[in-house]
Amino acid sequence: MKDLTCIVCPRGCRLHVDDYMNVTGNFCPRGKEYAISELTHPVRTITSSIKVTNREYTLVSVKTTKPVPKDKIFEVMEEIDKLSVEAPTRIGDIVKKNILGLDSDIVITKNID
Amino acid sequence: MRQIDLVVIGSGAAGMAAAIEAKKNGINDLLILEKDEKLGGILNQCIHNGFGLTEFKEELTGPEYLQRFVDEVKRLEIPYKLNAQVIDLTKDKVLTYSSKEDGLVKLQAKAIIMATGCYERNAGAIMLPGDRCSGVITAGTAQRYLNINGLMVGKRVVILGSGDIGLIMARRLTLEGAKVLCVSEIMPYSAGLNRNIQQCLIDYDIPLYLSRTVSKVVGKDRLEKVVLSAVDENLQIIPGTEMEFECDTLILSVGLIPYVSLLNYIDCPISSTKGAVVNQYMETMIPGIFTAGNCLHVHDVVDFVSQEARLAGRSAALYLKNEIDNNEKKIPIKPGNNISYVIPQFVLENSVDDITFKFRVRKPLKDQVVMIRSGDIVLGKVVKPALIPSEMVMVNLSKDKLQEVKDEIVISVEDR
Repeated sequence: MKDLTCIVCPRGCRLHVDDYMNVTGNFCPRGKEYAISELTHPVRTITSSIKVTNREYTLVSVKTTKPVPKDKIFEVMEEIDKLSVEAPTRIGDIVKKNILGLDSDIVITKNID
Repeated sequence: MRQIDLVVIGSGAAGMAAAIEAKKNGINDLLILEKDEKLGGILNQCIHNGFGLTEFKEELTGPEYLQRFVDEVKRLEIPYKLNAQVIDLTKDKVLTYSSKEDGLVKLQAKAIIMATGCYERNAGAIMLPGDRCSGVITAGTAQRYLNINGLMVGKRVVILGSGDIGLIMARRLTLEGAKVLCVSEIMPYSAGLNRNIQQCLIDYDIPLYLSRTVSKVVGKDRLEKVVLSAVDENLQIIPGTEMEFECDTLILSVGLIPYVSLLNYIDCPISSTKGAVVNQYMETMIPGIFTAGNCLHVHDVVDFVSQEARLAGRSAALYLKNEIDNNEKKIPIKPGNNISYVIPQFVLENSVDDITFKFRVRKPLKDQVVMIRSGDIVLGKVVKPALIPSEMVMVNLSKDKLQEVKDEIVISVEDR
């Protein structure tokens, strides 16, 4: 048995999962999906920012295209810290493919001209 | 002096959505004024995800969310001025802005939409006790330093206040290598959304202390130590409950206040939210001046800011086509049991659309029913299994029901 807070949307449902993985308390089907994922292989989307080398004092924001395992968050952050790009940047530009072999790419989330 | 149909002040989530909607409703002579060097407002620094679930049915980061609106502003060829700060406003809608490019410019507007956002309460606002050393900073400022300027604000951090930006910054600073010692909240419940408690604090084993606040800040030049004390039910510090944390940074996430200084210039009536008193069209008590977003009341979800701003944009278009009659009977809307405020504060009787009431509860509640009443007539009721102060509640009322109203409408939250 476990009680969880759903992080899928701002509603933040209080989920209850019993020993047989039956989920209650979820407002939508995504809550159930989240609860099972959270108890079997918890994952998170990482957002951060990286240097823009050809602009003075400029950073550009990035994210993982797919959520990565929770226990890999700090390793992913170390990899993100090594990255930099040149402007112009466009939302969706891939900076690093398949980070740490986790089947998730690091992509740009801000347009810088 | 240039005459113009509509000026939108601010280009954040509210300003852009309002301008887009006004344009789509046939207002072509309009202008957005933005004081910053780019469009988008505060979303530029909100690089975390979780935006857009209602608006776009997908999870976006702040910059991705704002870009959708920037693209639309550009596609619709809505004119905007950057680095343009509005410095004066008169009751007859003459506004003055200052920009490097244009100098001082006066505009005579027929309608105005205020979309100026909010500002953070700071150390002075909460009378933070103790030394006035460096290292005490608001959460939004820390967010800008870190996400826009690439500057770390500290290594060992205590966060006061459990507002969402504080929680988001707890995670962000942890990811960038700082040690966040704890979050302290004076109230017995969190001011932030449940999911942010989970994904920003619990995920990183950051303790949240409820009913506890800073009783002393210690530091000669830079912050050295923060003392937290428990508080009683009257929020008074209980002696002997001190906890000491050696730290170099104290981040304040202790509330946001609508930014309405321009409205104060023209004596526009202000409500308990610190934003303007408005009707169902998001129109202030000064006809033709509309407002939406965080300068009206502080929202927890940006998607609802955009939604509210579209209403303001459409209403401004209605006003410019003389379709809003400000001489109609005004029905006051009052917050009843367990409710801290209701938007709008009054409605004009012959409404063009159905009305959405937005409110917050005073404390966490379970198994409630929202009652919309006029005298002893029940106009509507909505069952709510759980309500928390950090989550804005919305309930709808059909415009036809307004005909049944006697003097006023009271919204209350009651046990089922």
